[in-house]
Amino acid sequence: MTDTAQTSQARAQGGVTLSAALPWIIAGLFLLVMPFIFQSNSAITIMNQMAITIIFALSYNMLLGQGGMLSFGHAVYMGVGGFLCVHIMNWEIFGSLPLPILPIFGGIFGLILALIVGSFSTRKAGTVFAMISLGVGELIAACSVIIVVFFGGEEGISGDRTYGLPFFGIEFLTQIEVYYLIAFWLLVSALLMYLFSRTPIGRMANAVRDNPERAEFLGYSARWVRFYSFIAAGFFAGIAGGLFAINYEILTEENLNLHTSGSILLVTFLGGVGFFFGPIIGAIVFTLLQTVLSLETELWALYVGALFVATVMFFPGGLSGVLMMHGTPIKLGKWRMLVKPYIKVLVPAVLCILGLAGFIELMFHARHAAIGESEMTLFWTTFDHSNPMPWIVFAVLALGGFWLARKGSPELTGAWHEANTPDEVSE
Amino acid sequence: MTTALEITNLRKSFGQTEIIRGVNLEIKDDERHAVIGPNGAGKSTLFNLITGRFPQTAGVIQLHGKDLSGKAPYEINRMGLSRSFQITNIFPKMTVFENVRCSLLWSLGYKYSFWNMVSKSRALNEGAEAILEQINLTARRDLPAGLLSYAEQRALEIGITIAGGADVILLDEPTAGMSHSETDYIVELIRKVTVGKTLVMVEHDMGVVFGLADKISVLVYGEIIATGAPEEVRANPRVQEAYLGEAMEAGH
Repeated sequence: MTDTAQTSQARAQGGVTLSAALPWIIAGLFLLVMPFIFQSNSAITIMNQMAITIIFALSYNMLLGQGGMLSFGHAVYMGVGGFLCVHIMNWEIFGSLPLPILPIFGGIFGLILALIVGSFSTRKAGTVFAMISLGVGELIAACSVIIVVFFGGEEGISGDRTYGLPFFGIEFLTQIEVYYLIAFWLLVSALLMYLFSRTPIGRMANAVRDNPERAEFLGYSARWVRFYSFIAAGFFAGIAGGLFAINYEILTEENLNLHTSGSILLVTFLGGVGFFFGPIIGAIVFTLLQTVLSLETELWALYVGALFVATVMFFPGGLSGVLMMHGTPIKLGKWRMLVKPYIKVLVPAVLCILGLAGFIELMFHARHAAIGESEMTLFWTTFDHSNPMPWIVFAVLALGGFWLARKGSPELTGAWHEANTPDEVSE
Repeated sequence: MTTALEITNLRKSFGQTEIIRGVNLEIKDDERHAVIGPNGAGKSTLFNLITGRFPQTAGVIQLHGKDLSGKAPYEINRMGLSRSFQITNIFPKMTVFENVRCSLLWSLGYKYSFWNMVSKSRALNEGAEAILEQINLTARRDLPAGLLSYAEQRALEIGITIAGGADVILLDEPTAGMSHSETDYIVELIRKVTVGKTLVMVEHDMGVVFGLADKISVLVYGEIIATGAPEEVRANPRVQEAYLGEAMEAGH
């Protein structure tokens, strides 16, 4: 009794402990040094996009992961926040407004819209909520061509961030200055969203997600709990929108539509909804795939789609879930026994995927390339698609890799089981 | 002694079918009251009406003299009535400790707060530890609740039910599906945690009923055919005819 009481006291008093603050300090330092490691302009552009997507995905996960609300229209809260910020950039008053505080206005606007929509959409979770979010999302996306004053019709609305009041002499002319602005907001928003999940309302959001009826019999209205999560998510989506406005200086219908709402669901699910850092991983991986892979191949969306389907089917916990699965073997000190079987399965599996991708690319090129253009470059080699050799190589890679991976998988399953079972002696 | 729960002429129909057909029941403060009756008699429906899960068709339910009609479950809970369910109803993905801590939030006045950190509140954490101690689940504290054994989940549910400090506790078949030793354990637990509270329970196990209850009401086809001390009810010929005889034979 005294033992547990003491630990709980220590837990309750401690203030901000080092172990709790450490991940955030590391994240801050990491954001600080990243531009020194990746100095090219295109790398900074990708990182800006990544950071905005991270905030958006974390905000989305407040609904999906924390609150159990599947939304098909979360883009609109980011979108309207962004549109408002571009409008502010075009107003006279912008000259006396430092740019770094602009995202707050986006946040507030996102919150107000969420307040209105949430007042009727959070009554129920599940299918009802999903359908309302879809309807509202489509409705507002349709408004972009109707309310031209605000949404600017098909061209959208553009502005110029450099008209703002210089912030300690910084006018945000370069990408790197914008990077640090976005990185600052990323850290602040992520920290606030994390802290939100530790508050009474954040804890009850999990409770309502798991069992709304039980929560009602504990004195909480499931609807109000959902509503508060919803408007908080709207606020942070609006912040992401404001940052988008600063980074790209233009917003269009694309920022509101179903496609954007759908891809943030994909990003969040890919990273995993079960852990706070899941959407962060999802946003990083997705942005990399989207930017880097799309430079390499026209078919990138096909691969991303396949990855998403594979995640849903085989790893419903997402990438973060896969990472956290290794907690037990590491705690038991048995992770080393996984290394060899992993190599035996993953190397052939990667070869199989590359072979398959190569085969698809060959086929695509053979079918769709301009007539007479039979040369193509894939995996840093140039070859002719009319030559049977590359076809054979990719087929062998795909089939051989598959066969080897299948052959190695029972060993991996066995090792996995073994690594997750504590030794009898230690019990 | 004042009245904790008073039910007057309560009726409930689902479509054409009348399930509760004019129930009158008065439960005093600090009483341990068991509602028994054959399957389909409407015991769970009665509980669902009291706790606001369904609206009643007619009649009045009063908690400490205040009318409960039209109130949502969370409002009734805030007035000091808490319940458990026939089918275990906990937060399976959250840890055992989180389950209990969540059930303390409202009663400790946190409401929909987003400016307090739950880990920083001593009242909350020590309160939750104390409840865990009471239901003997301290060792299981950090396990997801869904991984507990059945009896442990039932104990946790009782813990969640009493944690909020409600003074009227409704338990719906707390020992259903348990072995003998588990039943004895839960009965002891119920006895321990409901000291100084009003307990209303639906139960099938006659051993449990006669061991725990000060008063018993027998519900048959939506009507209460007898209410009284265990011995009176046992001796009542109508009860014997309707229900008790066969159940007691089966129970012994």
